[in-house]
Amino acid sequence: MENPKYTFKDMASDQEVRWCPGCDDYVILRSVQKALPELGISRENFVFISGIGCSSRFPYYMNTYGMHSIHGRAPAIATGVKLANPDLSVWVITGDGDSMAIGGNHFIHVVRRNVDLNIILFNNEIYGLTKGQFSPTSSVGLRTKSSPYGNTQPPFHPGSLAMGAQARFFARVPGNVPKEMTALFVEAEKFHGTSVIEVLQNCVIFNDAVFEGVTHKDVRADAQLWVEHGKPMIFGKDKNKGLVLNGLKLETVTIGENGITEDDILVHDAEEVDNTLHLMLSKLQTPTVMGVIRSVKDVTLGDRVAAQMAEVKKTTKFKSVNDLLLSGETWEVE
Amino acid sequence: MAVDDIKTAPRNNGEPEALERVVILFVGDSGDGMQLTGTQFSDTSAMLGNDIATFPNYPAEIRAPQGSVYGVSGFQVHIGQTEISTPGDDVDVLVAMNPAALKTNLHSVSPGKTLIIDTDSFTKKNLGKAGYESNPLEDDSLDNYKVIQAPITTLTRTSILDIGLDNKSMNRSKNMFALGMVFWMFSRPLTHTERFLENKFKNKPKVIEANKRALKAGYNYADTLELLPSAHTILPAKMKPGKYRIIMGNSATAWGFLAAAEKANLDLFLGSYPITPASDILHELSKHQHFGVKTFQAEDEIAGVCSAIGAAFAGDLAITTTSGPGLALKGEAVGLALITELPMVIVDVQRGGPSTGLPTKTEQSDLLQSLHGRNGDSPVIVIAASTPANCFDYAYEASRLALEHMTPVILLTDGYIANGSEPWKIKEMSELSPITPRLEKAENAEDWQVYARDTEKLARNWAIPGTPGLEHRIGGLEKDKLTGNVSYVPDNHEYMVKIRAEKIKRVENYIPDLTIEGAQEGDLLVVGWGGTYGSLHTAVNYMNETGDKIGYVHFNYLNPMPKNTEEVFKKFKKILVCELNMGQLAAVLRSRYPEYNFLKYNKIQGLPFTIMELVQKFNQMLGNEPIII
Repeated sequence: MENPKYTFKDMASDQEVRWCPGCDDYVILRSVQKALPELGISRENFVFISGIGCSSRFPYYMNTYGMHSIHGRAPAIATGVKLANPDLSVWVITGDGDSMAIGGNHFIHVVRRNVDLNIILFNNEIYGLTKGQFSPTSSVGLRTKSSPYGNTQPPFHPGSLAMGAQARFFARVPGNVPKEMTALFVEAEKFHGTSVIEVLQNCVIFNDAVFEGVTHKDVRADAQLWVEHGKPMIFGKDKNKGLVLNGLKLETVTIGENGITEDDILVHDAEEVDNTLHLMLSKLQTPTVMGVIRSVKDVTLGDRVAAQMAEVKKTTKFKSVNDLLLSGETWEVE
Repeated sequence: MAVDDIKTAPRNNGEPEALERVVILFVGDSGDGMQLTGTQFSDTSAMLGNDIATFPNYPAEIRAPQGSVYGVSGFQVHIGQTEISTPGDDVDVLVAMNPAALKTNLHSVSPGKTLIIDTDSFTKKNLGKAGYESNPLEDDSLDNYKVIQAPITTLTRTSILDIGLDNKSMNRSKNMFALGMVFWMFSRPLTHTERFLENKFKNKPKVIEANKRALKAGYNYADTLELLPSAHTILPAKMKPGKYRIIMGNSATAWGFLAAAEKANLDLFLGSYPITPASDILHELSKHQHFGVKTFQAEDEIAGVCSAIGAAFAGDLAITTTSGPGLALKGEAVGLALITELPMVIVDVQRGGPSTGLPTKTEQSDLLQSLHGRNGDSPVIVIAASTPANCFDYAYEASRLALEHMTPVILLTDGYIANGSEPWKIKEMSELSPITPRLEKAENAEDWQVYARDTEKLARNWAIPGTPGLEHRIGGLEKDKLTGNVSYVPDNHEYMVKIRAEKIKRVENYIPDLTIEGAQEGDLLVVGWGGTYGSLHTAVNYMNETGDKIGYVHFNYLNPMPKNTEEVFKKFKKILVCELNMGQLAAVLRSRYPEYNFLKYNKIQGLPFTIMELVQKFNQMLGNEPIII
């Protein structure tokens, strides 16, 4: 099949989707199903690997190859898939409990190695499937079943963790904007290396409206800054707010006030190798930065493995295992 | 000389006196190069046609404080012109590079045997570290031994003084001096070791020169030393005709997987995390990228097994290697491989447990963990290698069973056979049985079901990502018996648990029967499994040659067991299960064959059985008088 033409329906399996009504997971699922046909990749070459949690049921709903694995381990399994067959388009589906708590180690190492795969991190700041305990991304003070008097553990910021692990691609998207999400997934897959996409995903049952201050349609124009490579970082419903660097801090300014013009606003450089500014952007809360924060080309693990293997194959004296068995010091018994 | 009391072969006029077999133990500080010294002696002997068995015994610390008793590293080698299956109980020649080495190993040398001692190291300080109150070379405590006192350190330095190495580097060659002495004593040529040195220190000509000179100096010193009588030799053993090489257990395991991947026409993938004593398999496979092998050193044990599961899903022959503590960490993931019915091999090179236990010592205490160490009813195939060389065969066999039966297979070896080496009659690829992976084809997509099984093996087919039309999802949730979709239907779950168990049970139709060694029926059946084969086989042979006839079976297949197992048990009055643990196989046999009485003989010291302790036990079982040694 050359450049097969699919619609999103070709990517949906026959299994009934069983997330809670109103869950952002539906949006993410549909956005992925819409992104895949745009990639020019044959369906049999998509593999979705998930861990455990609400989000990790995802592969069952995809009409592709998939594995619903064990808690936290999807990055390790996906690494094995990709190393075994570099031609596959590999996607890791994970949540904040799955990838930041039990699977934290695998998350940082897959990012560090820059395995060419995409990680969609469904961040709802709560454990949903186990029915409502605080997660490693929950805010301090959050009252949950396991923190009735308020969460006492400070949270991880997925962006900071990814940057600390030398992420080459990091993007963030709210859970309620399917069109933008689809576009981001396409861009993530086209990026050669590990792509981390954090989705601010609302859990309607256990942590409803946790992102509302950022994602609600009434506030989002002022609460979100959508970055685009090469463009000034301007936001706000009047498109008159922007970011400047004041010393070592990012600061929001208003164009037209205090002599600020558009030329003063920082221009987003997603491709800058030094991740200092990307880290600052990822940590910023007002506004919360959306879109591709970092996208830096680098050699992937697969590239290195393939290059090394090709080199070794060129110089080896072993053409088959038999050569090895009979190599070195041997002797004949008559 | 001290080896006089070893049973000797007829003397050839003018030639060195021929001995039937000899046991040599090289011991020194863990930085003294004793492992290398022992390996050189055994490799050289193997190439002269001797049968050999080796036993490296080293501390977990890489460089424990110099001269301390816990930093002592030893390498025991047993060479012979007869069949050699163990490193030997009694040491004929002990090479002790310092007081701590002597102190910790003298117990394995019987009076009358030979000690070669580096007198330079017997300083007041070193004697104190070893816990000697007086110098054993000066009091009468070694009177019953043939002691060869040589100032090995001084002689080594004198012989290489002009090369221009610093003191520390010069001292490093003293093991070669000692090796040279032992080479002379047993009429071994220096050529193999010289070649080895040239290769190992390719870019360090001074180091090559120093080591070669020290080796030669030791040889010449022994030749002229009045203390030494004429040299001895060990004539070639009668071995089956063919091409041989020396092989270590861990290398044999690695090569078995290479062979299996080539035979199955698959790429080999190893996901692994370093752990003693299994890391050498990772090291060995990492060298062989030319065969398309991918070795992935993961961030932890769990990622090791999980990456292998991913590779298995994607169509590679997937392996993970570990030791006991690592297998504990991999348990959940093995369950995933089992329920998804993906082919993979998990190698556990067992060591002393529990917990971190005895990392560098051997034990057989992961049998129950392998059989049962997962949640749920979760049977997998468990097999065990029994000699360094047959690690090759069982790695190959584990791969075959995994690929043809679509299941994870646990392969057990242990520190003793993994680090031990022996001559191996090389198996060429053409001698190996075929391996047929159950790859599903795109043209069958129409009627294909993920969990459809063949009626005989009950194995499903392997549908590899990238195959058009076979897109499917698998996972850790219970699945419908045919479609593989998630199913919580009560009857379906019971069916699936039972069919997974039945699938493993039917493997018994594809493995060989037990064969009884020695008496085919009678009073006593000895039962063993895994790495104790050498000791048990030798002890049973000794019994059958000298006295009462007893039978012996050895299990390489632990789950399922060979079909004739019960038939064998029926033929004997008493069954004695010998293991290096508290009785794990005995416990398994009691639950599987409750009508038989399984007696136990266990050793839990991190060491293999000695022949003598086994023979004593067998005699006791038969009601015989104990043998006076």
